[in-house]
Amino acid sequence: MTEDQSVKPAELACPACGEPVYPGEGFCEACGRRLGDGVAAPAPEPVRACAGCAAPAIDADGYCERCGLRQPAERDHYEIELPGPNGRLLAAGGSDRGKRYSRNEDALALAAHPTGVAAVVCDGVGSSPTPHEASAKAAATGADELTGRLGKGEDFEAATRAALIKAADAVAALAPDPDSAPSCTYVSAVTGPRSVTVGWVGDSRVYWLPTRPAGDGPRAGAEVDTAELAIGDTGASEDTADSAALGPARRLTDDDSWAAIMVERAALTEAEAEAHPNAHVITGWLGADAGEVAPHVRTFTVDGPGAVLVCSDGLWNYLPQAEALVQALADASLDPAGDPLGAVRTLVRRALDAGGRDNITVAVIPVAHPHTEQPR
Amino acid sequence: MSEQPQFGITVDQNKSLPEGASEVHAIVSVEAAGAPAAAAPAGAAEVIIIDTSGSMSYPDSKLRAAIAAAQTAVDTLRDGVLFAVVSGSNTASMVFPQTPRLVPADAGSRHAAKAALKALKAAGGTAIGSWLRLADELFDPYQDGIRHAILLTDGKNQHETPEQLDAALARCSGRFVCDCRGVGTDWEVAELRKVSSALLGSVDIVADPRDLVADFQAMTEAAMGKAVADVALRVWTPQNARLRFVKQVMPSVADLTARRAEAGPQAGDYPLGAWGAESRDYHICVEVPAQPVGQELRAAWVKLVVPGGPGQEAQVLATGNVLARWTDDEAAATKINPRVAHYTGQAELADVIQQGLQARKEGDLATATARLGRAVQLADEAGNDAITAALRKVVDVEDAATGTVRLKRNVDKADEMSLDTTSTKTVRTRKKEG
Repeated sequence: MTEDQSVKPAELACPACGEPVYPGEGFCEACGRRLGDGVAAPAPEPVRACAGCAAPAIDADGYCERCGLRQPAERDHYEIELPGPNGRLLAAGGSDRGKRYSRNEDALALAAHPTGVAAVVCDGVGSSPTPHEASAKAAATGADELTGRLGKGEDFEAATRAALIKAADAVAALAPDPDSAPSCTYVSAVTGPRSVTVGWVGDSRVYWLPTRPAGDGPRAGAEVDTAELAIGDTGASEDTADSAALGPARRLTDDDSWAAIMVERAALTEAEAEAHPNAHVITGWLGADAGEVAPHVRTFTVDGPGAVLVCSDGLWNYLPQAEALVQALADASLDPAGDPLGAVRTLVRRALDAGGRDNITVAVIPVAHPHTEQPR
Repeated sequence: MSEQPQFGITVDQNKSLPEGASEVHAIVSVEAAGAPAAAAPAGAAEVIIIDTSGSMSYPDSKLRAAIAAAQTAVDTLRDGVLFAVVSGSNTASMVFPQTPRLVPADAGSRHAAKAALKALKAAGGTAIGSWLRLADELFDPYQDGIRHAILLTDGKNQHETPEQLDAALARCSGRFVCDCRGVGTDWEVAELRKVSSALLGSVDIVADPRDLVADFQAMTEAAMGKAVADVALRVWTPQNARLRFVKQVMPSVADLTARRAEAGPQAGDYPLGAWGAESRDYHICVEVPAQPVGQELRAAWVKLVVPGGPGQEAQVLATGNVLARWTDDEAAATKINPRVAHYTGQAELADVIQQGLQARKEGDLATATARLGRAVQLADEAGNDAITAALRKVVDVEDAATGTVRLKRNVDKADEMSLDTTSTKTVRTRKKEG
């Protein structure tokens, strides 16, 4: 399940001085710079052969000197791995341009915080100007704010809300004038040892995918002490109104979308709504034209091993039901909690094979899994 | 050569293509900015060719006007410019200097040249090819500098075969630039256009000999204003692509497609002649292998170059990219770039005028009316006022928007020829995109 662990064990380094740093550190021990910026995508190897015709002749502008093909941009396809102290991945993420768009307008940020992981996925709104800048800004700002606040021991829900607002302000500030407002969706997931807090605006989603028992029996949670359901040592959340224990696979977010409203009003079934031309009309977003942003925040407790999946609609368009996601991974004999990178790759591939009509972004964070238990 | 101007290339196109499409169009604008107006390129050479066939003395005012014009041209030459004056009839002969060579312009040589012009007499026939061959010999030792000739004639090329003219043009092509002027109405626009386009020059009618002086002055000044001799448009295309055409579309329509000279792998040079403080536009059409939606291709890489000699690297003055990106966004893919549309219309305008005039000459009045009607419509759409004015001397316009016209019964021959020579002259897109 974890054969892929030998792949690219990226070492984290302080962005200011380059000294090695470790997940969970709030500040660089060498220079004192505050850490917690989303881990950047690893710079791809210098391109030598054309992605189209394999000619070893790429000019300075990025075009093949034989067939003329523009070489893929860094953001067209990348993976992020968040390694833990024991060599296991705390989380993994991947993003792909897909097949229909010339640019990847999704953005992804992953960062460790003292008791878990924070992930942010944003999807640029195609009808707005420079949506790729909006999503990149929102994801980086959100992840930075989350790790900063969580590093100080702030409550998950408060940090989630504050980070989303900060990201919204940053995106709004990108607009050169009110008629030209770069915009994007935003979803974050903050995991603790036994909890996950989600926050969102728009239609990017979070799912819960429990680890399936090897046999047919109940959840294999023998090593998890279900008595320890309290929320880590960040202090218990005051706002536990939404708090619910997670069982079978399910979606944890509700889209800000026309389709969701139709389903809620029982005007259409979920399948009908998703097939409708308006399905992708969103009713909430970050941007200068978004008005006052109303973040949705929910916390769930985790009583057995599993993985939190954060994704853009480039994935869920093809696999909208949580069970379909579970099945796609089961088909590849993958436990997302045990092999998050394998799960990310499998799901990105599934969306590409299904047509890749949109940018695809997937992050997988194992929770309450023996491999990812962090020292306190 | 003195300081070179700064060259720039801008590309105007809709790079979005629908799935499966393979034809890419672009307007490539080449502009020289900050050309040193006063600073003279050291190596400039000018040959003035005057038709002295017998017809030039019917009426005698034609020859007198030609001599006056040539004298003005001589006066316009800057000091140090190498020049000669040639007279043409059945053969070509030197007017000044007396031996076949170029001499530097100064007060003395200018005076001597003007005196020699004054003594010219008209006799004999017209053999333009032989005149061009003498000019070519004169330019031969000076292939590095700017080489410009002015050819003035009043008649048809009757005293040599078309093959002889073609052979002379093949020899001279790329070796000097030649602007051609026809005086009176006994010459053939198509014939002189063949000469001027082979030699990358212009062709025009000088209906009234009295206008020659100003015209010669303008041509000589323009030639003196060139800062770079022999630039070429180098066009690279992807493997398995086909360059369908390269046309100059501004300031006039000229198809350069057949003038390609191979220039390394997947690239060809299209000669543009000399360049001064000016801008010209080119319409390029490339057929590329269709790519999957989302992919982007450099469909052409366009460079303005001064081709080097054998074994020498070309000097690149400016570059631009023609791109193709496949999309499933139908609205984006079907949009026609306004400048591509504008110049496509102007190229068609030149064609329909020439076809319409030809049909009229052959007595096919239905075709002539249809073609010239279409021309009126296109000229109106493009805002090409010069052509609209020229058309109105040949047809009565009932409705320009629909191209409804009637052929005029009596048309001045000079007006008809003037419309023909004007047909390739284009105007820039009406600026609305700012």
